[in-house]
Amino acid sequence: MVDLNINGEIRSYDVPDDMPLLWVLRDVAGLVGTKFGCGIAQCGACTVHVDGRPARSCVMSVSAVGNRQIRTIEAIGRDPVGQGVQKAWVDLDVVQCGYCQSGQIMSAVALLNVKREPSDADIDAAMAGNVCRCGTYPRIRAAIKTASKV
Amino acid sequence: MSGPAYIHIPNRISRRSLLGAGLVIGFAAAASRKAHAAGEQPGLGKIQDVTGKGQTGTAFEGFAPGGFVRISPDGRITLIVPNVEMGQGIYTGEAMLIAEELEAGLDQVQVETAPPNEQLYRQPLLKSQTTGGSTSIRGAYGPLRQAGAAARTMIIGAAAQRWRVPATECTASRGVVTHVRTNRTLSYGELALEAGRQPVPQNVPLKDPSQWKLIGTPARRTDSPGKTDGTATFGIDIRVPGMKVAAVAASPVIGGKLVSVDDSAARAIPGVRDVIRIANAVAVTADHYWAARQGLAALRITWDDGPNAGMSSAQLIDDLKGAYGKVKAIVARHDGDVDGAMARAAQRVEAEYELPFLAHATMEPINTTIHVRPDGCDVWVGTQVPTVAQQLVAQATGLPLDKVAVHNQLLGGGFGRRLEADSIQQAAELAKHVSYPVKIIWSREEDIQHDMFRPAYYDRMSAALGSDGLPLAWVDHITGGSITAHYMPQGLPPGEIDPDAVEGAKETPYDFPAVHVDWTRADPPIPFTWWRGVGPTHNVFVVESFVDELAHAAKRDPIDYRKALLGKNPRSRAVLEMAAEKAGWGAPLPPRSGRGVSLHDSFGSHLAIVLQVAVADNGEIKLQRAVAVMDCGLTINPDQVKAQMEGGLNFGLTAALYSDITFRNGRVQQSNFNDYRMLRIHESPAIEVHVIRSTEDPGGVGETATVSAAPALGNALFAATGVRLRRYPFDRGRLASQAMASNARQGTTALASEDR
Amino acid sequence: MRRLGLTILAIVVVLAAAAAAFFFWPHGLTDVAEARSRLPTGADSVKRGEYLAKAADCAACHSVGSSRPYAGGLPFHLPFGTIYATNITPDRDTGIGQWSDAEFVRAMHHGVGRDGRDLYPAFPYASYALMSTEDALAIKDYLFSLTPVHAEAPPHQLKLPYDQSYLLRAWKLLFVPRQQFNPDPGQSTAQNRGAYLVEALGHCGECHTPRNKLYGLDSGQKFAGAVTAGWKAYNITSDATAGIGAWSDQALADYLSKGFAQGHGAASGSMAEAVEYSLSHLTPEDIKAMVAYLRTVPGHPAPHELAVAPSPRSLNDSTHLTPAPAENDQESLGLEVFQGACASCHGFDGTGVNDPRAALAGSQTVNDPTGVNLLQVLLQGSRFRTDHVEAAMPSFHAYRDVELAAVANYVLAHFGAKSAQISPDQVARARRGQ
Ligand code: FES
Ligand code: FES
Repeated sequence: MVDLNINGEIRSYDVPDDMPLLWVLRDVAGLVGTKFGCGIAQCGACTVHVDGRPARSCVMSVSAVGNRQIRTIEAIGRDPVGQGVQKAWVDLDVVQCGYCQSGQIMSAVALLNVKREPSDADIDAAMAGNVCRCGTYPRIRAAIKTASKV
Repeated sequence: MSGPAYIHIPNRISRRSLLGAGLVIGFAAAASRKAHAAGEQPGLGKIQDVTGKGQTGTAFEGFAPGGFVRISPDGRITLIVPNVEMGQGIYTGEAMLIAEELEAGLDQVQVETAPPNEQLYRQPLLKSQTTGGSTSIRGAYGPLRQAGAAARTMIIGAAAQRWRVPATECTASRGVVTHVRTNRTLSYGELALEAGRQPVPQNVPLKDPSQWKLIGTPARRTDSPGKTDGTATFGIDIRVPGMKVAAVAASPVIGGKLVSVDDSAARAIPGVRDVIRIANAVAVTADHYWAARQGLAALRITWDDGPNAGMSSAQLIDDLKGAYGKVKAIVARHDGDVDGAMARAAQRVEAEYELPFLAHATMEPINTTIHVRPDGCDVWVGTQVPTVAQQLVAQATGLPLDKVAVHNQLLGGGFGRRLEADSIQQAAELAKHVSYPVKIIWSREEDIQHDMFRPAYYDRMSAALGSDGLPLAWVDHITGGSITAHYMPQGLPPGEIDPDAVEGAKETPYDFPAVHVDWTRADPPIPFTWWRGVGPTHNVFVVESFVDELAHAAKRDPIDYRKALLGKNPRSRAVLEMAAEKAGWGAPLPPRSGRGVSLHDSFGSHLAIVLQVAVADNGEIKLQRAVAVMDCGLTINPDQVKAQMEGGLNFGLTAALYSDITFRNGRVQQSNFNDYRMLRIHESPAIEVHVIRSTEDPGGVGETATVSAAPALGNALFAATGVRLRRYPFDRGRLASQAMASNARQGTTALASEDR
Repeated sequence: MRRLGLTILAIVVVLAAAAAAFFFWPHGLTDVAEARSRLPTGADSVKRGEYLAKAADCAACHSVGSSRPYAGGLPFHLPFGTIYATNITPDRDTGIGQWSDAEFVRAMHHGVGRDGRDLYPAFPYASYALMSTEDALAIKDYLFSLTPVHAEAPPHQLKLPYDQSYLLRAWKLLFVPRQQFNPDPGQSTAQNRGAYLVEALGHCGECHTPRNKLYGLDSGQKFAGAVTAGWKAYNITSDATAGIGAWSDQALADYLSKGFAQGHGAASGSMAEAVEYSLSHLTPEDIKAMVAYLRTVPGHPAPHELAVAPSPRSLNDSTHLTPAPAENDQESLGLEVFQGACASCHGFDGTGVNDPRAALAGSQTVNDPTGVNLLQVLLQGSRFRTDHVEAAMPSFHAYRDVELAAVANYVLAHFGAKSAQISPDQVARARRGQ
């Protein structure tokens, strides 16, 4: 049994303690907004926040999470920065297939929480781990800048 | 049957009552065929609702002009679009076409994808219910507007009847009918049931473009909100009651077979349920994917590698090269006196080009959720070919076609990978062995190593130049496999040209006095398929690189040289000129920087891209800026055209820089994004897109920029360094400056073959 | 003159005979019945043997991956050829099923095969010679309790003269102890237990002590660090800068038992294997004992400037998501590679984002300007797996030499404050296993 604090709710999950958080979220907790892309921390599709920091849930075991707070895409709209990023994403129509975008948004929100007005280099540093196979990078960059101005 | 081809009235009353309304508006319901209302697959009755969601949707009560529009009495308007959304924005584009004539706002409608139904949703250009080849808008442009107009006419008719006024006195806008004189209004929802009883209008005149409210506007995507808050459902997100999750391993050598499996260790893992064996794969089902994956890793599997055990990349390339000149080439085009021109040429230029095997690597790994029961089967999957999926599952399970419901989902990328239903067939074969629903997920490694690859090509080019440097003759010898033959059940008759193999080569934008294009068929021993940009991705790389080589041989500017060949092609000339101007073509650049251009006419569109790069001394490439000018005729949603230029270009640049599937001992050597690399955000160039305003018929968009990417980059690299690379992924080691060259080249593992 | 000639001839003949006897006289067998009689029988001995086999880390070499443990086959690419680990399951034809107690003990203590041939010291009998006969027998009992696996190890491929195994007798004379471990009355019980675990069972020196020209362990530089098969085993003497002198007991214990320690990074390569197969299975008391013993190993300064930079400016000025502004302002290929492929696990602040094992701050590997292990990890990836943990870093061999050199230099500068000059050539050589 592992206790996890997901989006503000603490619940017990009957899973092995080396199970990556991603699969607990998707297959046990039913939060499928967090995506599986590679399983080796090379694409960012599975990004969630753990105590506000972006983490690749595909390689993060639940035991490594401990009692820290997990936030997923389903709840990112609860904070103003998250809302601002979502709005910029919609206003600029960033998404294409959309599969990478949960992770992109989680990374973008985390960046804006660290740097309110990120430079291009900051965006590169914080977002380069998130692959978009559809190639929406120019709009991701533009949307982060839009969101940073709000 | 009278009326437009896209409207068909079912002749069976029972069906009318079943659906509450019996109008069916489909693409091409032929008179002899019995059409079926939305949500109904032939004989399937109520098993599947039109949304493709849920297990057994109930029949719909309300106004349901079948194929494309559904309005319920509570006012909900659902547009059923015939194509699948895989990122290209088709839910938005096609919804715009329907909504324009239906007189509904995009914010008022819900968009859903069509269930498998060839009669209703057959794509007119591809002649099957398929999303691909950048054909969706081109095929839907007329029929979907007709469908919207027919539905609007019936709704207005119902209102007029209710009010007992002539229909001509009524107007419709944003889901409401207004009787202009009395200012009375009724919403579409209020009219839904009566609308269904209206006679089906025929030859409804469409709105004049000057009246368009949606078409041509940069309308926001309908799928953005769900894709930014985690609620959008992709195939991999499906969860059905009682479902287990499976991890699968297919024979590491394509064509190999499963010999035996020792599953004792796997079965000991908590959460593992079953180990399923089929001829060439084994799967472990479990309570969650983690357990399934652990279980799979714990299996001791013995494979029989089969006939491809020794397959290697070197061999595959040798086979291609060996086929050229040995196998009889099929002539795609022969115009003018090629031999004569070659004989009297002032200069002859020759070159060989090579393209690698490519994986699609859709961001959403391959997956299928399936429940096989004795009496039927449900499949939840994102596929570009829902009816093919249905057929393959029917075959694999032995169930009749009408017992197989395919619930199509959003696709986390298609790129041609999901034109193949091999993984869905595999899922059906596996799921037959268990009674519960199972979601089968391919790991990324499985996804890359068991992709159906875009095959390698080998092309030999030659040209005769006159004293002015312009071509007198152009010769393109293509060697490669036939994807069409692989894809079509009937195959390709011997001696017949595969149009895909020569697309983008047979017709170029240019006017050459003499042209010879032929194709030597050389199929690799493993299955292979289309990849974003299909034929043109291959051929335009070769054509546009070689035109650049000719310009260089003629000592002329690449843009001027092309312009000189575009006398009969004003649309291409216009995009080329504009791209050059916007990109500042000719303005001086620092050393080891350069601009490259690529121009092509594919999918009914004209696209010029100028790419500017800088090459570091160590050969590393900075993609600085791209300018794309697109003439795709009439534009439904210019912002989405831009989005496709941006995304398509980055997709193509990824391949040009990194993508290379190689084989050793029959095994794919790449496995995941660490060794099958993706372009990342800091590598993407700044992209500027200009879309030409035009009233010509709409052209395809989704694949065009991918086609341009590699040649634009190759030409830019040449401009920057003077090194012509004739194979991609481009070997950056060869771009190192003289001083760095020896260092940089060492240890390069790429299969280099160009320009030796 | 003639007499002198005869004398010389006689001396030569005598020497030759002596040499022949030395090199070819069959090895004898020592009677081990007495030790056997002191050993418990049955399951108890098997259990004791299992623990000892783990402490001696037999599985790491005698298995290929996790499939078929102890069935051998693992190749060792050495400068003078390739040798293969043998099958030590009790299979009668291909394993050790027919070995007697005495034969087994002779192999462990003297490096002699059942057929009397001299074994290559990749089999660490130079350390196992210190093992007590009883412990060796308990290990045998454990191995004999395994299911026999029929698996023939491939024949060694060695260059001349290294394929002449009798020559090893000279080597053994120089480098194999003739005594079993003898507790030092001047040391505590724990230190003695630790010494036994470190020296005899754990054979730590086989990797951590530099070798001399004759491939023997250079006892003058005990535990001063060495490169074996492309990986560097670091200095584990009690030197405060070069070695582990500044590590806390807890950190050392964590590193040994879990493969990583807060502020010191994680083990990879052969050390990760040693933890996975061996050290993670030891009792906390034994780990403590090893720590106690390691403390007594005299400090030896490092041959290179390997000091771990305690808190480099570049780290302090970074956030977990973004590098120090000074780095970010200039274009750097190394930074670009790092932000794309590495940062999502390692973080710019060195904390280890998803797994504490990914923390780079304080790790020796990112403070070693030769980049030996860094390049190995980049090229091969890293993998750590125990019953409760699975952590892996993929291989980045598909990146160009230029890119890997750049990212290595970036990592050494950013995390270790080292101005390293790893060249693409060096990456190419590491790729080729040189
Ligand atoms: S799935 Fe976790 S980073 Fe790709
Ligand atoms: S939108 Fe498709 S992968 Fe990013």
